[in-house]
Amino acid sequence: MEVPILKQGHYLIASIQSALTDADLSHLREALIERVGRFRARGVIVDVTALDVMDSFAVRTLRDIAHMARLRGAETVIVGIQPEVAFAMVQLGLTLKGVSTALDLEEGLAFLNMQTQVRIERGGPGRIDRG
Amino acid sequence: MADALLIPITADVDVVTARQRGRDLAAEAGFSSGDQTVIAAAISEIARNILMYAKRGEIALSLVANGDRQGVVVVARDQGPGIRDVPRALQDGYSTSGGLGLGLPGARRLMDDFEVVSDAGKGTTVTMKKWRRMNA
Repeated sequence: MEVPILKQGHYLIASIQSALTDADLSHLREALIERVGRFRARGVIVDVTALDVMDSFAVRTLRDIAHMARLRGAETVIVGIQPEVAFAMVQLGLTLKGVSTALDLEEGLAFLNMQTQVRIERGGPGRIDRG
Repeated sequence: MADALLIPITADVDVVTARQRGRDLAAEAGFSSGDQTVIAAAISEIARNILMYAKRGEIALSLVANGDRQGVVVVARDQGPGIRDVPRALQDGYSTSGGLGLGLPGARRLMDDFEVVSDAGKGTTVTMKKWRRMNA
């Protein structure tokens, strides 16, 4: 199941529609990282609202996406983690340390707007290494 | 025990099938949506363990009643290399596959009962259960 990736302004939005296999998740990671370069994206939103389970592989892949995108100059925010999914993740000992999250797409966009604003104020149009 | 639902695990798509079937069964048995998610996540971890360590195996799902409790029983079987040191494999952060080492200990935290039987060279069977109190 391919995850559609939409381009909206300086952002890429990947909206997961159904359960994903490990191969689907890896494919999403490659596609997003490639598109950050192709579209010169400043932000990436991964919408996981439709995911009813997140296991260790899914969480690791989301973390990889966020870290790889940052290395390519784009900020990632994961949106839409459901309450039951959050509960099971905590029980499993899974964290998204170092990865930004937001309640839903709207909050995610607001977060990215704020982040990119901060960048421009701090360092002009160039990209800042945020480690 | 009701008839078991058998799901062969030979590819990553089977991991998704197994956890979806597990969720459906738990829903059918009246588990809360939180518990359904917990059961599905545990199945996902142990099904992936089969793929990672044994390449193939199967997951059996069934319901069991015990007094005023009803349980979902998940049995994961493989004929893989087996686990040499089961207590160690149940420790957090221990992994021989370069994975996160969350599979077994993570699944154990999610479920109520958890048992691992493993023979080096012969394979591994993980049996785990989640219980719910029946009302009335």
